[in-house]
Amino acid sequence: MNYWPLLGIAVVMIGFVLRFNAVLVVISAGIVTGLCAWMPPLQLLSAIGESFLKTRSLPVILLLPLAIIGLLERHGLKQQAQRFIANVKGATVGRLLSIYLLAREGSAALGLTSLGGHPQMVRPLVAPMAEALAERQHPGLTQQVRDKVKAMAAATDNIGLFFGEDIFVAFGAIVLMHTFLRESGIETDPMHIALWGIPTAIAAFLIHTIRLRRLDHYLATEQARLAKAAQPQTERN
Amino acid sequence: MLTLTHLYWLVGAIMTLVAVLTLLDPQHPRRFRSGLFWLSYGAIFVVGDYLPTAVVGAMVLGMALLAGLGGLAAGPYQALPDKLQLASLERLGKKLFIPALAIPGFTLLLVLVMGQFPTLHWFDPKNLTLLSLGVACVLAFAIACYLTRESPRQGGLEAKRLLEAIGWAFLLPHLLATLGLLFNQAGVGQIIAALSHEYLQLDSRLAAVAAYALAMAGFTVIMGNAFAAFPVITAGLGIPLLIQQHDANPAVMAAIGMFCGYCGTLLTPMAANFNIVPVALLGLKDQHAVIKAQAPTALLLLAVNIILLDQLAFL
Repeated sequence: MNYWPLLGIAVVMIGFVLRFNAVLVVISAGIVTGLCAWMPPLQLLSAIGESFLKTRSLPVILLLPLAIIGLLERHGLKQQAQRFIANVKGATVGRLLSIYLLAREGSAALGLTSLGGHPQMVRPLVAPMAEALAERQHPGLTQQVRDKVKAMAAATDNIGLFFGEDIFVAFGAIVLMHTFLRESGIETDPMHIALWGIPTAIAAFLIHTIRLRRLDHYLATEQARLAKAAQPQTERN
Repeated sequence: MLTLTHLYWLVGAIMTLVAVLTLLDPQHPRRFRSGLFWLSYGAIFVVGDYLPTAVVGAMVLGMALLAGLGGLAAGPYQALPDKLQLASLERLGKKLFIPALAIPGFTLLLVLVMGQFPTLHWFDPKNLTLLSLGVACVLAFAIACYLTRESPRQGGLEAKRLLEAIGWAFLLPHLLATLGLLFNQAGVGQIIAALSHEYLQLDSRLAAVAAYALAMAGFTVIMGNAFAAFPVITAGLGIPLLIQQHDANPAVMAAIGMFCGYCGTLLTPMAANFNIVPVALLGLKDQHAVIKAQAPTALLLLAVNIILLDQLAFL
């Protein structure tokens, strides 16, 4: 067996560890993999072209909402999102993101995976709301801490999507598992695969909600630390 | 009938518009390189099916070099003056949410309605969700233009501004998917399966369960996609070790095994559309900020998955 194509994986890992530009890392890995599988250069170009054409639906989801979100941002969508959340009494970053997690995971479990997403929900609505709440709870947080809050908003979207969609029986992953097992001579019921996903889906929700509660605590201690550091030297002991 | 081809024309048209707006802007710091990038990308969407695949491959290579070597940069952008934005905000208020919520709203509506009446043949049933999203975005765009009293050209400028903010990260998910297919053609999956089959002899049940779960997560970290890892690791470890040797329930193994893969997805820069694109979209300083936010949840959940798999698969 020719083990050389594994070099492509090595290129990816080394490239990411050394933090080279990811686009260059990935295209280099593709070229290395192809050459190691003894593809002639022209055939390799063809393979790259063909694979690129086959996967064209990927950037569609990312691109199409941009013009709409951009227009709305131009007219103050982020500010409106922040005003809206500022009027909700008792809202905290952790509570907001927990509710979003529940909505995202629940709707994904019903097959409605397009109800969230980074370009159309997180950037214009969820992240600005979370940031505004962090600022209201604890004024004067550093940019680094704000970035942490925004990153958590994106993370919450991913976690809700991943662990919700897989318990929807008509989702592609279930079909993929069912077909693969059938081809390997093992019969399963797609409904069972979906149902056995539920314990993990619940665990994901619990673990992440607890972490979101801890985020609220973290913000409070971070602000206390900043306030203490801002006091004049003489008042410290 | 509306098919994926029409959607690709729309995407190609937007990319070409972005290219033209870039090329017409003498103040753009990377006028020609950015313009060429978006022109090539647009061409691949509109006429890609009619070009020889080797030509498309060469264009992809060129685009990767343009994007990877700093050829994409943000051009000058005329933001709405604060006064006008405030006036707009006062005038529109909560109505600003309507077009944003119309995207998922119309998508949902179209999926449900078109799913109910498949005999209409309006939408290609194989790509119903994607096509519904496309139509929903066109409708939402019309509403957004009407509410904000802006021209479609301004919409193009906004798409260009956001694409420039995302930068090279926009190309990355597409390129990684291409790499995944290339790995398949080169037989990387079979090599991994053969290696693990040869060198992993696990007799204890818990060790076998842990090996399968960790291999699913680990191989997903490498491939950036749990779907790519599932057939490889399940054929290499899952079926011979868990099902044949220890008599595991295949449905439980598959369900929880795939979730172990998802824990890997949360940890890897290879899953660019989930982990790297939002960093660009939110303007975060740390390239791995989203992965760091996800890591504790992913690792805890992976441990929980191993316990669940061990407890539930052998009932």
